[in-house]
Amino acid sequence: MVSKRKTPVKTRNPDLIRGVGKYSRSKMYHKRGLWAIKAKNGGVFPHHDPKPKAPAAAEKAPKFYPADDVKKPLLNKRKPKPTKLRASITPGTVLILLAGRFMGKRVVFLKQLPSGLLLVTGPFKINGVPLRRVNQSYVIATSTKVDISGVNTEKFDDKYFAKEVGKKKKKGEGEFFEAEKEDKKKLPEDKKEDQKAVDGSLIKSIEVVPDLKAYLAARFSLKSGMKPHELVF
Amino acid sequence: MPFKRYVEIGRVALVNYGKDYGKLVVIVDVVDQNRALVDAPDMVRSQMNFKRLTLTDIKIDINRVPKKKTLIDAMEKADVKNKWESSSWGRKLIVQKRRASLNDFDRFKLMLAKIKRAGIVRQELAKLKKETAA
Repeated sequence: MVSKRKTPVKTRNPDLIRGVGKYSRSKMYHKRGLWAIKAKNGGVFPHHDPKPKAPAAAEKAPKFYPADDVKKPLLNKRKPKPTKLRASITPGTVLILLAGRFMGKRVVFLKQLPSGLLLVTGPFKINGVPLRRVNQSYVIATSTKVDISGVNTEKFDDKYFAKEVGKKKKKGEGEFFEAEKEDKKKLPEDKKEDQKAVDGSLIKSIEVVPDLKAYLAARFSLKSGMKPHELVF
Repeated sequence: MPFKRYVEIGRVALVNYGKDYGKLVVIVDVVDQNRALVDAPDMVRSQMNFKRLTLTDIKIDINRVPKKKTLIDAMEKADVKNKWESSSWGRKLIVQKRRASLNDFDRFKLMLAKIKRAGIVRQELAKLKKETAA
């Protein structure tokens, strides 16, 4: 290929207006130094023969021609970004979960995962919420913050939370009933260790603030007279 | 029952509608039957309908349409701010504002405090009941 310069060349022919250069062809010939290149090469512009290319493999006629011309779909190079995180949600914020098994629980936010979901923990000892992913839309952010500096969340990402792929079971008549009675999957020990590691420093910083532990242990609920649009969270 | 709070120059009123809701203003002149010229240290002097104002007990001593500086000095002299904040009406408004700005965590702490206080009260009551029964 043509050798590329390290920095692209600025044109030596500034535009007077768009489409009209300042210098004529003959002036530009002189400015670019084509006369010097020619002189170096004995009066002729240097000509390099093209490098011998390897002979292209002979193409076979295809076995199958499709009946109709099918259009190729347009190329899509979009890379999805994780959902925009609300400004009120920062690491260490106390969130209120609004849906699911832990509805109403107050929970500490750790970080946003690459899929856009929020990584959240109870802490487990305080309110029974383990390390869990939660969608930003199903969450109220309070203005209470917990000091999260002692927590290392580097190892957690979406793959950590992927479901275990179990082997497929054949649905034989007799086996059907026995297969149902299999015991619940136990939580692997390393996940328990991870939970303890994260919660250890968190609980210490929670116990510093009076009443915060009891606050996280309690569930949120709307009482009579509370107007959500007027409440400050 | 005669009226006690009159619309007069120097009467301090509370704005109850509009952009300046909740502000204390001084009636500085009367435009016509329905409107007053009204002024406060932190706002541009403007006219307001009387329906937007609620009169307070506080009155300051000024002439008709004083200069801003004179108004501010007169308000300082009459100590309007402190009189208002120590009046029961003013105190209620302050409490309302504080309650509205409570955080979720603050509301939780408030609930704990209320329960604690109720417990103490009930203990004392039980003690007193025992004494009178005995």
